[in-house]
Amino acid sequence: MSEAEFDTLDAIAVRTPTGRRGDKIFAGTATSAAVLILAVLAGVAIFLIVEAWPAVTADGKDISGGKGLISYIAPLAFGTLLAAGIACLVAIPLAISVALFISHFAPPRLAQPLSYIIDLLAAIPSVIYGLWGVAVLGPASVTIQGWLADHVSWIPFFKGPASATGRTMLVAGLVLAVMILPIITAVARSVFTQTPRQLQEAALSLGATRWEMIRMTVLPFGKSAMISASMLGLGRALGETMAVAIVLSVSGDVTFNLISSANPSTIAAHIALDFPESSGIDVNALIAAGLVLFAVTLVINMAARAVINREVRY
Amino acid sequence: MMIKRLLLVLALVAALAFVVAGCGDANDSSSGDSGAAASSDGGSKEVSGNSAGAGSSAQDAAMQAWIAGLQSTSPDATVSYDPVGSGGGREQFVSGGVDFAGSDSALADDELKGAQDRCGGPDNLIEIPVYVSPIAVIYNVPGVDTLQLSPETAAKIFNQKITNWNDAAIAADNPDAKLPDLRISPVNRSDESGTTANFTDWLSQAAPKDWTYPPDGNWPVKGGEAAEGTSGVVDAVKNGKGTIGYADESQAGELGVAKIKVGSEYVAPSADAAAAVLDKSKESTDAGKYVFTFTLDRKVEGTYPVTLVSYQIACTKYDSADKGALVKALYSYIISPEGQDAAAKNAGSAPISDQLRQQIQPAVDAIGSGS
Repeated sequence: MSEAEFDTLDAIAVRTPTGRRGDKIFAGTATSAAVLILAVLAGVAIFLIVEAWPAVTADGKDISGGKGLISYIAPLAFGTLLAAGIACLVAIPLAISVALFISHFAPPRLAQPLSYIIDLLAAIPSVIYGLWGVAVLGPASVTIQGWLADHVSWIPFFKGPASATGRTMLVAGLVLAVMILPIITAVARSVFTQTPRQLQEAALSLGATRWEMIRMTVLPFGKSAMISASMLGLGRALGETMAVAIVLSVSGDVTFNLISSANPSTIAAHIALDFPESSGIDVNALIAAGLVLFAVTLVINMAARAVINREVRY
Repeated sequence: MMIKRLLLVLALVAALAFVVAGCGDANDSSSGDSGAAASSDGGSKEVSGNSAGAGSSAQDAAMQAWIAGLQSTSPDATVSYDPVGSGGGREQFVSGGVDFAGSDSALADDELKGAQDRCGGPDNLIEIPVYVSPIAVIYNVPGVDTLQLSPETAAKIFNQKITNWNDAAIAADNPDAKLPDLRISPVNRSDESGTTANFTDWLSQAAPKDWTYPPDGNWPVKGGEAAEGTSGVVDAVKNGKGTIGYADESQAGELGVAKIKVGSEYVAPSADAAAAVLDKSKESTDAGKYVFTFTLDRKVEGTYPVTLVSYQIACTKYDSADKGALVKALYSYIISPEGQDAAAKNAGSAPISDQLRQQIQPAVDAIGSGS
């Protein structure tokens, strides 16, 4: 060790007390932020359980509908999963395709503005989507839904009779799909652009076509990101309130019929519609429905996390 | 350098704090002269202070007109109304969270007890009908400009027992109309609402054999087209073909409005006919000197029976004399002819009749002077 190096080491040793304090403050702030988030989550869970408990222990006849809490919440949970399912079925392939187009196929001068426009979709309030669904998409879909009811009514999804205003589960699912598209696209696009150039060029040099190269390198590299993006989108679709409350015609029970007026409500939309005029045990029943949604979202997210962790470990 | 930047930030924050405090002080000083309380007599005496109410969203437009009217004579009075819904309003009133509440239905028995306790006795609770609004049966059928419906036909339509516009029952009510071969799409409210409660009350009173559901704020029939809010129902009827629904008459716009059969004649919705329902109905004999709730008789000839009656709930005495004076001034304006006309202009409601006004005036006069 030279003289100068010893001096430097001494200087560092002298500087360490203040450095350690800064470290401690930063570590403390980060830890308390994490603890705060967990505390808020725990607080919400405790609130849901405490407020829902009177409805869980109440007599079945007291719950609205007169048949107990489970038969009150089951159609709502079904409607939530159905609407979110339609939204994901439509949005995920579309979003992945758009992200691939932006990252690999579009000329650079088109890619930037296209990204901006997709992100703009995320900035539109959900109420506006609801109004657009009722005023534009619904009426526009009446003829198509009528055609489906007339010609393919043997498929349970299109049993009909078709709604006269177009405010059906199918249209609600499509509106949700448009709402979750920008989220999935943004996350997928950012990961597709980060695919190592070496991998892509190696695939191309081995004689792969554009599509084969993407299938061999980009998609496997971005698989965990695509799954987490889809989970983000699914989470939004599960919890979407105002758009569904405005678009969906809620007047039925569990059914797979997508084009009629009798649709089950979703949990979030049902709470939004019924809470203002509710009192007493009905409020507890609504919060119990919210607890079910919380639990469903938690389970789906944990499953997604498990899938992602499994993928990463190869 | 760092210290200079820190001082600059501190100076900006301090300046901002002074500005905000200054603005706040200005507000306080202008409304802080609540020492000049109004005496309990004298209708045009200025009142001041704050009061908060909550409840029925149907009354929201009218309440805004009433608050504006009160503030034109008493600029220092601040009244807020949160249209959170009748159920929420009643709950907040019973728990003491608001001074007055608007409700589309009278207090239920358990709520009545709680409200009486809040006010300090059965004779200290006020419940008066102040908002009467006709509910129109709107429809959108190409080629049909006028439509007449008897309660039985209406019940069967909304029950989904009649499914086509060219059904014999509708043709019997409308001998001159050219009814098309078109499927009927009944539209109802998806949210719990006082409009639904009053509409189903009419159906169960006027057509008990065809409408077997009890009156309910939640629409009881599954399978119809459900829309959120009055505007949702109007939009759904407007955007569909062969649709029929029920909504506040003031929001009907250009849509066709059906005439309803009462007794032997068909009556169109109008302010006078709607207000007449209250005059011909019996007052419920409730506990409480100032509780005027009505069981509406929806079969009286000459009235328009499909009407929403909404109540205001308050106490005769409050913790401070100022608050009592303020609520009394507000309620005096609400039931006055000017107040009812303002509500009619702003919300399309039907002004209450003089007969009803005389009946409920003692309740309003008693505010502020409770023992």
